[in-house]
Amino acid sequence: MEMLSYLIPISLTLGALGLAGFFWTLKRGQYDDPEGDANRILSPDYDDKPKP
Amino acid sequence: MANVSASSAREAPPARELTTVDLKNADHLISLPNIHCAACISNVEKGLMAVPGVRNARVNLTRKRAMVEADSGVRIDALLSALERKGYEAYELDPAQLSPGGADRTARDLLMRMGVAGFGMMNVMLLSVAVWSGAEDATRDMFHWISAMIALPVIAFSAQPFFLNAWSALKAGRLNMDVPISLAILLAAGMSLYETARSGEYAYFDAAVALTFFLLAGRYLDFRTRATARSAAQELAALEVPRALKLIGGAEVTVPVAELAPGDLIRVVPGARLPADGEIVAGRSEIDRSLLTGETLPVLGETGSQVTAGEVNLTGLLTIRVTAAGVDSALHRMADLVAVAETARSKYTSLADKAAGLYAPGVHILALLAAIGWWVATGDLRIALNIASAVLIITCPCALGLAVPAVVTAASGRLFRKGMLIKNGTALERLAEVDTVIFDKTGTLTMGAPEPLGLEQLDDHQRGVALALASASAHPLSVSLARSLRAAGVLPADLDDLAECPGDGVSALLDGRTVRLGRAPWIGADPLDQTATYLSMGEGPPIAIAFHDQMRTGAVEVVAGLKAQGKSVILLSGDTDAAVAAVAAQLGLETARANCRPEDKVAEIATLTDAGHRVLMVGDGLNDTAALSAAHVSISPATALDAARVASDIVLLGNDLAPIAEAMETARMSTRRIRENFTISTVYNVLAVPLAIAGLATPLIAALAMSSSSITVSLNSLRLR
Repeated sequence: MEMLSYLIPISLTLGALGLAGFFWTLKRGQYDDPEGDANRILSPDYDDKPKP
Repeated sequence: MANVSASSAREAPPARELTTVDLKNADHLISLPNIHCAACISNVEKGLMAVPGVRNARVNLTRKRAMVEADSGVRIDALLSALERKGYEAYELDPAQLSPGGADRTARDLLMRMGVAGFGMMNVMLLSVAVWSGAEDATRDMFHWISAMIALPVIAFSAQPFFLNAWSALKAGRLNMDVPISLAILLAAGMSLYETARSGEYAYFDAAVALTFFLLAGRYLDFRTRATARSAAQELAALEVPRALKLIGGAEVTVPVAELAPGDLIRVVPGARLPADGEIVAGRSEIDRSLLTGETLPVLGETGSQVTAGEVNLTGLLTIRVTAAGVDSALHRMADLVAVAETARSKYTSLADKAAGLYAPGVHILALLAAIGWWVATGDLRIALNIASAVLIITCPCALGLAVPAVVTAASGRLFRKGMLIKNGTALERLAEVDTVIFDKTGTLTMGAPEPLGLEQLDDHQRGVALALASASAHPLSVSLARSLRAAGVLPADLDDLAECPGDGVSALLDGRTVRLGRAPWIGADPLDQTATYLSMGEGPPIAIAFHDQMRTGAVEVVAGLKAQGKSVILLSGDTDAAVAAVAAQLGLETARANCRPEDKVAEIATLTDAGHRVLMVGDGLNDTAALSAAHVSISPATALDAARVASDIVLLGNDLAPIAEAMETARMSTRRIRENFTISTVYNVLAVPLAIAGLATPLIAALAMSSSSITVSLNSLRLR
C-alpha cells in the first residue's frame, strides 16, 4: 500500500505534464486552423525544411 | 505563426525598413471561398509569395482566408489578380472590420477550461476506479480526499461560465439551462465533500467533474459555430472596402466612405459602385440599377440626374455632388427598415429552447420531490440531499447540451465545405420545414452579366466592325460582345478615329463612313424591349444586337433538384416580361411573375405563408431585402448587397447555386438527428432516474449513465459529416 504514495504523485505529475503540453499547444495557436494543418501535412513543400 | 526574418532574408530588405513598415497598412486579408485541399493551400501561398514585395503569406483553411504580410507598396489588386490567374475566387477583406482577437480569446478560454476539466476528469475517474472496485475505510477516504483536492479547484476554474450565466439569469428572475447545471455541480461537490469528511461511502466528485467537462465540450462547439458565423458575417461586411474618390481643390483623394459629407464632390470611375446618394454635376454615363430594382436595362445618367448609393456606373467618368452619405443614404435607410422588420418578425422557437423549457423546471421539481419524499420517509436530511444531488447529476443535461451544438456544428461544417455559410443558429431547423422556394432573377438565378444573342445573323463584315468597335469600350455589353466575337474566331476590321462617347457608344471611320455602336437613341434605332446594343454601318438600317442574362452556374441543377424534392419553385422578378419569360422557359419554371415591386414580393410571401406554406426566399438585390426578412428562411449570394446579406439567414459564398438543393437535404437530416439525440438522452434518463430516486444510484452508475449518453449523442451527430 505504501507504493500508493509514490504512484499517485507520479500519475498526477504525468497528468499535469500532459495539461502543460495542452496549454503550450493552445498558446502556440495550434487549434486555430485544424483543417489547414490536417491538409498541410500532405503537401511535400516543406518535407526538407519547415515553412520559414 | 511564421518566422518573418527567414522569409524576408530571401529578399534581404535592410533591417531598418522592416521595423518602419506600417504593419496595419501592409497587411492584407483575403477571403478565398473555394479553397478546400492541401494543393490549394500550397498553390495559393506560392502564388502570393511570387508577387514582388510579399514577405509572407499564410492560408487558414478552416476560415478560408489568407493573411499576407507585404511591403506597403504592394497593391491588393496585384494579389487578387495573382490568385485569379491561378483559378481561385478571391476577395479583399477589410482588416479593420474584423476583430479576430475577441472571438479567438473566448474560444481559447473555453478550450483551456475544457482541457483542465478533462485533466481533472481523467484523474478523478482513475482514482474512483479503486473505490468502485471495493476500496474501504482509510484507503477509500484517502482516494476521496485526493479526488476532492483535484476536483474542487478544477470545478472552481472550469465551471465558471455556468456559474456566471446562472447567476445573471437568477438575478434577472429567470431560469435557464445553466441554473440546474450549476446547482447539480455545486450540490454534488458540496455533498461529496461533506460525505468525505464524514468518511461516507459515496462521493460524486467524478460525476461533477465529468458533467463540467461534457457540458464545456457542448458549450465550446456551440461557441465555435456561432463565432464562425459571426466572423463570416463580419467578413461579408468587410468584403466591400468602402472607399471613395473625393475631389479636394481639383485633386482626387481616396477617402473612406464614412468621411463623406453632403456637399462633397466625388468622382466615380466606370465600373465602380456609387458610394453615396447624389446629383451628377459633370459627366454622362449609363447606370446599372439592377441591384436596387432588379431591372437589367441600364438607365442614362446626365448632369442633373439623381443617383443612389449602390448603383453601378457603367461607361463614363462621373462627378457627383453628395446629397446624403453613410447612414443617411437611401441604401442605409433601407437596411434600417429591414432591421426593424426583422425584430418584428415572429420569433421562432428552436428545438433546443423547447427542450430546455420543458427540462429546467422538470428537473428541479423532480429533485425537490425526491428530496422531500426521502426526508419525510426517513427524517434524515443528509440522505435526502444525497438523493437530490444524485437525481440532478443523473438527469444532467449533458446530452441535451451536446445534442444541438454537435449536430449544428457537424451540419454547418458540411455546408461550409460546400460553400454555404449558416448565419443563424436556427436557420437549419427552419430550412428543413420549407416547402416553397421563391427565386429572384437578376443577380440570383442569373449572373447579371449579359451575353449577346443571334450573332450568326450578322455577316462577316459586320461582325468585324462590331468587334473593332466593341473592343474600344469598357461597357459590360461591349466587353461581352467582344469576348463572344473573339471566341467565334472573328478578326477585327480596320477602323480609323475610334472614339468613345461616354453614355452613348463608340464611333469610328470605316472607308470614310461613320460606323457606330451604342444606345438606340444615339444610333437612331427603335429600342427593343430587352437589353440590346445597336450597330450602325453608316448605310442601311441599324442592326440590333440583343443580350440575355447569363445563367448562374448551378441554376438549372438547383431548380431540378428542388423539384425532385417535391418543392414548388416560383420566380419573382422586377424585370420586364420578356426577360423573365426567357429565364423561366430556360429553367422549366411554370410559375413566374415579372414587374414585381418589393411590396409585391412581400405580399406574395405573406399570401403563401397564410396558406400554410413555409417559404424559402433566395434573392440578392435591395428590392429583395423586405422579402428576405419576411420569408421563413432566406438565402443570398455573396455578391448580394450588404443589406440583402444582413437580412438573410444563409449566404452562398461561391458563385454556384447548386448547394441550395443539397442544403435542404442536410437540413432535414440534421433536424432528424437533433430529434434522435433528444430521444436517446430521454431514454437514458428514463432508465436512470428511477434508480436515482430509489437511492440506488451509486457513483459508478451516475458516471456510466452520464458518459455513455454524452458519447452516444456525439457519435450520432457525427454521422452527419
